[in-house]
Amino acid sequence: MSSSSASYGEAYEAQHVHEVYEQIASHFSSTRYKPWPIVERFLKELPDGAIGVDVGCGNGKYLAVNPRVFIVGSDRSTNLIRIAKTHEPHSAVVADNLSLPHPLESFDFAISIAVVHHLSTPERRIEAVKAILELLRRPTNANGMGAGKALIYVWALEQKDSRRGWDEGHEQDVMVPWVMKGGDKSSKTKKGKGKKKKDKTEDQAEAPELQEADHKAEDKTFLRYYHLYKNGELEHDINEAGGAVIESGYEKDNWWAIAVPKSS
Amino acid sequence: MKILTLNFLTCARKLCKSSNTAFPLHPQDAELEIVEQDMNVEFLRNILPRLMWEELSGVVGELGLPALPPTVPTLESLTEKKLKAAENDPTGMNVVEVEVPSQVALDLHRLLLETCVKEGKLVCGSCGHEYQVREGIANFLLPGHLV
Repeated sequence: MSSSSASYGEAYEAQHVHEVYEQIASHFSSTRYKPWPIVERFLKELPDGAIGVDVGCGNGKYLAVNPRVFIVGSDRSTNLIRIAKTHEPHSAVVADNLSLPHPLESFDFAISIAVVHHLSTPERRIEAVKAILELLRRPTNANGMGAGKALIYVWALEQKDSRRGWDEGHEQDVMVPWVMKGGDKSSKTKKGKGKKKKDKTEDQAEAPELQEADHKAEDKTFLRYYHLYKNGELEHDINEAGGAVIESGYEKDNWWAIAVPKSS
Repeated sequence: MKILTLNFLTCARKLCKSSNTAFPLHPQDAELEIVEQDMNVEFLRNILPRLMWEELSGVVGELGLPALPPTVPTLESLTEKKLKAAENDPTGMNVVEVEVPSQVALDLHRLLLETCVKEGKLVCGSCGHEYQVREGIANFLLPGHLV
């Protein structure tokens, strides 16, 4: 990858991903509290005392799942880390997926939930997966025994039954709106009413709060960049990044995979 | 940011990843605070074997905190048995033996989990880059020319 396309990707993400999350942080966080079942299972099945990272931890909702392991969460957004750091006994720092501040080959597990799809070129997405895999303990034999495990979740292109209706053959690089109610007063009075709706959309990956109907002048729409993964693409990226997929699947509009670093 | 976290952090720059002077990061101009947490001996017991003891001891010294024991405490030394009046015993004559966190465990808990860097910087011993810590949050975002 040429350095000019790398810096273009970086500048693009700064504007269409990082700045947006920084601005919508607290509203976004209020809609993100219920863990997805596969992530919850992965975290709860870890042996007590396991050490891991949550790369792109957002508000830290997965830091709350298992207090018997130790997780260092990281996110680009300082505003989200402010929220994430309240989840004891864990820790949270501001960092970039492509420049992670952790010792290599030392962690038992890693999670990357709804993060890698925010990188804007194939090279950068593979690099992001590689940056996660290289933090994990290497396998002690050729069968992958003893290796640290990563759970990676990305938004799927194939989601024709979702509210958005994307499906096979559609454009994979999309801008997804996040609508924030303008004006403190009106947003407060709407909160109670909107609650039921929030719960319903909660489980959907990254389903932003499209608060319908009365779009007042002060409502603010933020657009976030996503790359929607098609069937097999996540596994492909993991292989390219030097990982081996040990389990993978589809759940509620998302592709997920559990991967280990290959023995070197 | 807890002292424990320093055990799992290093310089974010790629060229420093293979250097053995990048770990651990060195706190400088640090303002510390105590953020209280529930004591959990089991958590300590699990985390203890994962600590880079010598490096962590160095950091603790640099911060001017009470020194860690010279060697990693044994897992047994984290608890001690105490005699305590049996519950539901109105006579107060019966005692039972209970296991409680030892002073070693209490000290480690205080130092590793409750002592936090509130303000200051973390400096890489390899490239010299300084990462700021503000309001307890360490920021590892690199300026463009260092990525």
